[in-house]
Amino acid sequence: MFIYTVRRVLTALPVLLGISVIAFFIVRLVPGDTVTAILGAHYSEAEAEALRGKLGLNRPLAIQYSIWLGNVVTGDLGQSAFTGEPVLSAIISRLPVTIQLVAISIGFAVLIAIPLGVMAAVGRGRSTDFMATLISMIGISVPGFWLGVLFILLFSLTLGWLPSGGFVALWEDPGANLRHMTMPGLTLGMAVAAVVTRMTRSSMLEVLDEEYIKMARAKGVPMKRLLVRHALRNSLIPVVTITGIQAGYLLGGSIIIEQVFSLPGVGMLALQAINNRDYALLQGTVLFIAVSFVIINLIVDMIYARLDPRIKYR
Amino acid sequence: MNEIWHRFRQNRLAVIGLAVILLFTVLASGATWIAPYDPYEMRVDTVLHHPGSAHLFGSDQFGRDILSRVIYGSRISVSVGFIAVGIALFSGGIMGIMAGYHGKWIDGLISRIFDIMFSFPDILLALVIMAILGPSTTNVMIAIGIVYTPIFGRIARGSAIAVRNAAYVETAKSIGVGNTMIMLRHVLPNIAPPLIIQTTLSFAFAILAEAALSFLGLGVEPDAPSWGIMLNEGKDWMAHGWWVAVFPGIAITLAVLSFNVLGDGLRDAMDPKLIKNRG
Repeated sequence: MFIYTVRRVLTALPVLLGISVIAFFIVRLVPGDTVTAILGAHYSEAEAEALRGKLGLNRPLAIQYSIWLGNVVTGDLGQSAFTGEPVLSAIISRLPVTIQLVAISIGFAVLIAIPLGVMAAVGRGRSTDFMATLISMIGISVPGFWLGVLFILLFSLTLGWLPSGGFVALWEDPGANLRHMTMPGLTLGMAVAAVVTRMTRSSMLEVLDEEYIKMARAKGVPMKRLLVRHALRNSLIPVVTITGIQAGYLLGGSIIIEQVFSLPGVGMLALQAINNRDYALLQGTVLFIAVSFVIINLIVDMIYARLDPRIKYR
Repeated sequence: MNEIWHRFRQNRLAVIGLAVILLFTVLASGATWIAPYDPYEMRVDTVLHHPGSAHLFGSDQFGRDILSRVIYGSRISVSVGFIAVGIALFSGGIMGIMAGYHGKWIDGLISRIFDIMFSFPDILLALVIMAILGPSTTNVMIAIGIVYTPIFGRIARGSAIAVRNAAYVETAKSIGVGNTMIMLRHVLPNIAPPLIIQTTLSFAFAILAEAALSFLGLGVEPDAPSWGIMLNEGKDWMAHGWWVAVFPGIAITLAVLSFNVLGDGLRDAMDPKLIKNRG
């Protein structure tokens, strides 16, 4: 396990370096530079040059990159060109929103997907199976931003049950926080639920086919106990993995859902950075999201290796 | 081939999916004749009209006919899907085959590039590329094409490795057939089935991605009747008329769902071994 962990971490290093190169250079390719974005339409060349010097934008790219990387490693992601706020603290202040959104959507996804997947597998080939498969297929196909809009239409505008957007911190008012996060969480969770349902179904089918299940059945173990104690437990390994992988993808999905529900998370910050051509902020958020994505996948791999001892011998 | 078609036909859902895709293709290519109104025409007297006989899907906040815009929108979705997936298939296919067939440092280099691209959530990568290129239909095609390149690359690479040491490739090598020829004539046809399945599924992703980018204002031109743009504008007006936000969404879902069930059907038809495992 230790050797596997070390090897897996080592293979992630060049990828992380690659991400940093892309995050740094891609932002330099964005049309119009920060200087013109800050100074607006009327400025003199001397002013622009002074600002470029101040921001370090007039040095060779390779030097800019190495300085930037050095700073990044020490936790300094630069400052937002617009608000002057340090990028790292801007990200950290938005992080609880995104983490909560992702956590709630995984919660919803698991709550919906596991019973649905088990039902489909048990009723294999019958109408429950067909319905579960169809529901999960629709879940994969419905765009999250449309589902969000439909939820707003139903739960906010028509029924008036939940607020259509905005955010209240958990520690300020837990009730209001939950009301604000339910719809975004459910919206983002649906696509994951669809994928996890399919995985639960196929994994459950495989386990139900095993000899020990047939044996337990023959010995008269009640169906409910058989499913929960014997089948579900053993079919959960791939389900845990796919849920973990989806957690990474949720980071991408949250960019859109935060926009739909006006949630001030990291995804919203990245979009603001793109719209304002805020170099440092865009670099920081892109780097942060991609690195988190790699780390989540790394952790999922570790959990998988821990759950399934065969992995480390590969 | 007949056998595949026969198996495919038995999957009713996949056949319906194929029919819906054909319908969208007909709508896209014949939009000029099929659409009842000009999708850009704004009229003060038809602002936010309910769905009815004059406007089957109702009209939007500028009095534009939503049905016509949905029909013209299919043109954007189909063409973006087609070109973007084409770009991804072509570039990913070539890179993957080169990596898998040559191995060694070429494989190492290309695989690392794919690893790095995979480490960005796809929508983030697409957003950043769009931020560089600027909003336009052509740029959306390029951005989505780049984002999905590594998916095709990995499939092609894996399949190319599997056939690299096959007897027929060894034989071709031994009689002096060149590498490019072997890749085109022998490796490519043998890795076609997984690529075809992925192509179908990627159409669904591409349509979703275009709609998402346009929804965020970083997709096609702002006045284009893209489903994503219609949804983005519609969400601000749905308190006054639900139809502005509902119909474009149905169109996206239907198109994506059709490609997904078609892809699933093709996978089952092309690889009968999978049916058992998938239940």
